[in-house]
Amino acid sequence: MKYSKIALSLGLAATLSATAATAQAENTVPVKAMADALHLVMDSDRTVYTRKIVNRLVKKEKVIKASEHFEDDKALVLPAQMFRFGAEMVKQRSEALPDVNFSYSLQSLWPINKQNAPKTDAEKEGLKFVAENKGTNYYTEEVLGGQKYFTAVYADTGVAPVCVSCHNDHKDSPKTDFKIGDVMGGVVIRIPVDG
Amino acid sequence: MNRNKNIWIIWSALVAIVVIYFGYTLLEGEDRTVFVPGEMTGGHHQIGIACDACHGESFTDMDAMQKTCESCHGDQRKKPFDSHPRSKFTDPRNADRLENINALYCVTCHVEHKPELADKTGVTQPADFCIHCHADVGENRPSHKDMEFATCASAGCHNYHNNRSLYTDFLVKHMDAPALLDSRTVPEKEYASVLDEIMSYPHDRYPVKKIGLKDIDAPIKIQFKTTDEVRHDWMSTAHAKSGANCSACHMLVIDDKEPVWTDKPDHRACAQCHDIEVKHFTQGKHGMRLAQGLSPMTPAMARLPMNEEAIDKELGCNSCHQAHEYKLDTASVDACLGCHADEHSQSYKTSPHYDLWLKEQAGELPEGSGVSCATCHMPRVDVDVNDWLRRTVVQHNQNANLVPNEKMLRSACLNCHGLPFAIDSLADQQLVNKNFRGKPQVHIESVDLARKDYLRHLDKTGGE
Repeated sequence: MKYSKIALSLGLAATLSATAATAQAENTVPVKAMADALHLVMDSDRTVYTRKIVNRLVKKEKVIKASEHFEDDKALVLPAQMFRFGAEMVKQRSEALPDVNFSYSLQSLWPINKQNAPKTDAEKEGLKFVAENKGTNYYTEEVLGGQKYFTAVYADTGVAPVCVSCHNDHKDSPKTDFKIGDVMGGVVIRIPVDG
Repeated sequence: MNRNKNIWIIWSALVAIVVIYFGYTLLEGEDRTVFVPGEMTGGHHQIGIACDACHGESFTDMDAMQKTCESCHGDQRKKPFDSHPRSKFTDPRNADRLENINALYCVTCHVEHKPELADKTGVTQPADFCIHCHADVGENRPSHKDMEFATCASAGCHNYHNNRSLYTDFLVKHMDAPALLDSRTVPEKEYASVLDEIMSYPHDRYPVKKIGLKDIDAPIKIQFKTTDEVRHDWMSTAHAKSGANCSACHMLVIDDKEPVWTDKPDHRACAQCHDIEVKHFTQGKHGMRLAQGLSPMTPAMARLPMNEEAIDKELGCNSCHQAHEYKLDTASVDACLGCHADEHSQSYKTSPHYDLWLKEQAGELPEGSGVSCATCHMPRVDVDVNDWLRRTVVQHNQNANLVPNEKMLRSACLNCHGLPFAIDSLADQQLVNKNFRGKPQVHIESVDLARKDYLRHLDKTGGE
């Protein structure tokens, strides 16, 4: 009797955990889909800021400037800075959330700030790939600091005149003939994975 | 046998005494110097006996210790003040860089208890540490090609944390500014005009309106003791003119308990209305001991030369601001020179800055155009109180812009001087010692390099 109770408990526990595992598996978003979803949000927010705020107020309405030194110049934050500040805040906030661990950055083969040039092999290959294969994303895995990451690279395209004019005119820009619609860089998203 | 027994007894007693002494000192004692493994650097020597101030509850948890660093230095380590914030290095793409130099932790570059390793700015890394991440700087900045990495942080060049006065576009913007600007005044005071926006101000108890002798709210027995001089002094201040009655300072609210009258209110009383000023004060050398619950700082504890007669004076708000009368010249000059006796301080009264101060005090120059000790060392700066309110306040942490001294450019020098002149002046230690009597004999190339970089760009673009 005693043993049958234990067996029953074990059986119940096994069933429950199997059910939980199935439910978990059903609710788990594949890492690629998560990266794609994150990018969709980032890219949309970035485009809205660039078109509806910066381009509208700087180019159309001509009421304010956007400046890299926005504090000193009392100006709008540049779209690239807006993106980076968001990335830094995510990094900061996600430190307290072990289950929500990802990072992202905006990079370019033609960076104004040289620290934003591709650095790892995945970044170098990915940025080259998305520049040469317009409309196709790049996915790979890499190990950094002993941790394995799923790494996705998405093309970053010049969507508004301000993107192009700013990069073409900047004294530290290595490329000065960008046109609207050109791939100007890429967004790199990293999500840690097991293994 | 008996002899052995006696030795054992004596030995045990000695061990017990030693254990009790160290145990008590460790757990209950204020002065735990005996456990300090090495002399402290200049930045922390005053609070070296309060181990918990930096170590918290752990001597091994790096993250816990990092939090204590940030609890005092955190405000300055955020953008826009810090060009190398933590978030730059938590990105996995920089994992390899952290193996060379772990920039996530302050102690990587600022080791305590080893003052022999620390330079003037408290950095304990070799001077060429920038090479870890910027080895290829010469490729993008031809002017930097043959420079030694040990010279990156030279006077007037780069600061790892605060580069706000030295970045290229800033240098270009100010490269042609004359030694003396046309307009030479510091930002105006504005506390009274923003009181309505300060939510923590006790508007309910002390509405902003002029009050007089008939309104005095001190207890009757205190009023009997109050002298005419005290009444007169108080009436002459902004306190009386803005509704700050006796109880505003003398009734101290601690831990939400019932307020109690105190004859000699300390910094906690001032913080009831001037919380930012007190917060800054307790972050600097004058008040940092108070922040750790230690006795107030005295000149006797200082490592800088101090006047003998002031050696035992305790530092609080009232050391520089009198109890009831708040004279600007006392707090801005006399109080400082009452204690400080180094060459720079002693030379002040021979400097052109002091002449301007005297003229302002005599009404010959407009308000804000004289230069006191406080003009540079406790400047009026913009502080983001929160995301919605920015205020101009007197920075009461006189260390905030002290080291490296280029941090003084924005908050002090550039109110009156052009950037090239100011950079050279700050780099000339002899001139600093003489309190800026004379012209700089040192020339720093950073503005020249920025100019070349700018002209090269103009050439490339045809002057657009």
